[in-house]
Amino acid sequence: MSSEAQPQTTAHATGVKEPDPKILVFCCNWCSYAGADLAGVSRLQMPPYFRTIRVMCSARVDPEFVLRAFQRGADGVLVAGCHPADCHYIGGNYRTRRRIALLKMLIQQFGFDPDRLRLEWVSAGEGEKFQKTIIEFTNTIKELGPSPMARGDE
Amino acid sequence: MTMAETKKTDPNEKPRIGVYVCHCGSNIGGFVDVPSVAEYAKTLPDVVYATDNLYTCAEDGLTSIREGIRKHNLNRVVVASCTPRTHAPLFQTTCESAGLNKYLFTFVNIREHCSWVHMKEKEKATLKARDLIKMGVARARLLMPQEEEKVDVEPTGLVIGGGVSGMTAALSLADMGFPVHLVEKEGELGGFVRNLNNLYVTEKSATETIKPLIEKVKASKNVKLHLNSQVKSVEGFIGNYDVVMASKGAEDIKTKVGTIVVATGALEFVPEGLYGYNQYPNIVTLTEFEILCKKKSLPSLKNVAFIQCVGSRGQKVSYCSRICCNVAIKNAINIVDNYENMLGLAEKNGTIIDTVPVEKKVPDEILERRRRRRGRERGEEGEAEEVKLGPSEKIEVTVFNRDVMAYGVEHELTYNKAREHRVKFVRYTPENPPKVFMEGNQLMVSYFHETLKLDRSMPVDMVVLSTPMVPQLDTREMSQMLKVPQGQDGWFLEAHVKLRPVDFATDGIYVCGTCKGPADITEAATQAAAAASRAAIPMAKGYVQAEALTSVVDDIKCSGCGTCIQVCPYGAMRKNDKGLAETIVAACKGCGCCGATCPEMAITMTNYTDAQLLAEAKATLEEV
Ligand SMILES: Cc1cc2nc3c(=O)[nH]c(=O)nc-3n(C[C@H](O)[C@H](O)[C@H](O)COP(=O)(O)OP(=O)(O)OC[C@H]3O[C@@H](n4cnc5c(N)ncnc54)[C@H](O)[C@@H]3O)c2cc1C
Ligand code: SF4
Ligand code: SF4
Ligand code: FES
Repeated sequence: MSSEAQPQTTAHATGVKEPDPKILVFCCNWCSYAGADLAGVSRLQMPPYFRTIRVMCSARVDPEFVLRAFQRGADGVLVAGCHPADCHYIGGNYRTRRRIALLKMLIQQFGFDPDRLRLEWVSAGEGEKFQKTIIEFTNTIKELGPSPMARGDE
Repeated sequence: MTMAETKKTDPNEKPRIGVYVCHCGSNIGGFVDVPSVAEYAKTLPDVVYATDNLYTCAEDGLTSIREGIRKHNLNRVVVASCTPRTHAPLFQTTCESAGLNKYLFTFVNIREHCSWVHMKEKEKATLKARDLIKMGVARARLLMPQEEEKVDVEPTGLVIGGGVSGMTAALSLADMGFPVHLVEKEGELGGFVRNLNNLYVTEKSATETIKPLIEKVKASKNVKLHLNSQVKSVEGFIGNYDVVMASKGAEDIKTKVGTIVVATGALEFVPEGLYGYNQYPNIVTLTEFEILCKKKSLPSLKNVAFIQCVGSRGQKVSYCSRICCNVAIKNAINIVDNYENMLGLAEKNGTIIDTVPVEKKVPDEILERRRRRRGRERGEEGEAEEVKLGPSEKIEVTVFNRDVMAYGVEHELTYNKAREHRVKFVRYTPENPPKVFMEGNQLMVSYFHETLKLDRSMPVDMVVLSTPMVPQLDTREMSQMLKVPQGQDGWFLEAHVKLRPVDFATDGIYVCGTCKGPADITEAATQAAAAASRAAIPMAKGYVQAEALTSVVDDIKCSGCGTCIQVCPYGAMRKNDKGLAETIVAACKGCGCCGATCPEMAITMTNYTDAQLLAEAKATLEEV
């Protein structure tokens, strides 16, 4: 597999090469995954650094998943779910909201900027919002630079 | 081995994964280097076979999956193509037909989530596609076969909206023997057609045309009609929707239905501020014009102008409303042929025009027209007297258009008929639209004649604005209540524009008529019949197979704290006699709330296990 290895980098204006950000996106199946699909169907262009994991509900995102992602070097984690009253499973997303608020505090204690974790509501009809969210979040993560985990490794 | 026989997959058997990477024509192949991605897939752990297909979902693509399973003894299949929301069932069925349990299949989305959103960065898109497949393979390695539970389907339908579509859908379901609730927010059935004067192609009165349909719906024993009513809430899932209907001045009605058809129709765009609408007298929309004609209350007119594409095709809305050209042509012909009738001067009421059905005349008319055209081309005289000069001598009609969308055989003939009846068609460009203004007391239209390249103006007595259909104002609330999507322009969005045109992505809910975009009655009725038969399938079967997606408690880890029992929104967790948590499988919907909350990490989900999700995350985060 090593022959396949090529460092994923973006050339900056300064000429300094920074590794591409690694962004993990958890999308609930019913709204946000469908919203991301719609963004695709509408050909809405966005930065190519995020990888989506489909979960049934945003409430499925165990704090453990988020913490492990950061531990393994994720630069940012986005959790996308249905709008407050719209969760396919009666209010799963209310739990998500509380959980993400707590997690933000927790990651801060571990030395991660809380902005590296974001929760966003994206409905099945909101392709544009998905695009906007990805663009904004990618920018935020680029501004924050590589994760402290990654920097520690170097 | 027979087709249906399912391979006994030994959970301990080493995974043998097959990866199929789809070009989707150029949809993926044009923006991602697909062959190199397939090559890369071969290097991933436990992948024993990988290939690329032009269209994995086409018959040869599906065959390559079946053959792969047999030839390479695959026990896991990964397809990297479009979205699981439309195509997972197809590939799962294919796997099953080759003897592979469908839960041993995994979908990787490299179209909607990759090639279509990174169209200008082939290299990065290719890297991303590789990564996504790596994640899919990591997940596939941990997949386990699952058994599905059957869920009963309540054999009662719900249709929302009592226009042509809703009535057609309700009646189709009723005729198949299913009780159906038809909910209409107005006090009458008929929908938008109630505004219309006569209908194109048949030229029959709109009211008369839909009367038999309304009567059949009212007479049907299976249709439970709820007028002045609206659906207040919908909870549940395919086969088991709990619906609350609210009627004006009555108590709410609660009922259970198996499937739902949405047929809430559309509105007409109001051209506020365009072409003097609401500013000068005698400027009306198409619908208002139809109402005037229907009520026989047109003012006395000598000169009428239609302006097409008002607000549509890149103005206020992006789309073409499809029907307005035909509607304008219909009304133009009405005016030149029947103007006096619509003034209320004619004696007999009722049907306005009585003609031989058009279809019988088609071949002759076409031949005749061709003969004349050839004659003209040869410079022969004599065709002029065949064109009868109609009553249009008394009234002038001009249709300002960007181009005329008279699609289909009949409509093209109607368009020709209008021209023969001396309706004038004048083209304009979007940069140079006609202008409506007053000169003293006279309404005027000025325009640039594209053919003559001259500025012209003319006095008119009435201007009719052809504006597009637009979505109902409550579409957003409806979409939230039903958990179904809207497209860019606000219309309800079907699961797949070509393959599933009347399904929503949510199982058990279907859509038809103008609530999903402009359509005429023929099209709306066709969609409605289709939606009704789709909605009937699960009800006729009596059951659907519930996805094997529930929580599982590991009773070695569970401490019996009861947190999961508190958080489960469906009451699907209980304590067993050992005091430990246990899932009530029939009630569990698989949201995973309990799993994410359990302090002991004792709960996981079948087919979406913690291990699988963590493996996906790990696959993308670890260094390449
Ligand atoms: C000016 C004009 C002229 C036309 N002329 C022709 C023609 O000549 N020939 C032709 O074939 N077609 C014509 N059409 C098109 C025709 O009107 C439509 O194809 C037809 O009305 C579509 O029927 P529908 O049932 O889908 O929607 P609608 O007729 O709009 O019916 C929808 C129904 O749902 C109800 N409803 C809406 N929301 C709710 C809710 N939340 N709860 C309960 N009920 C609800 C509405 O009250 C309405 O009764 C014309 C359209 C226009 C605008
Ligand atoms: S939350 Fe976890 S530990 Fe507590 S009862 Fe439920 S399964 Fe057992
Ligand atoms: S997965 Fe959801 S529905 Fe099933 S037991 Fe857990 S919380 Fe309840
Ligand atoms: S299903 Fe989308 S957040 Fe619960």
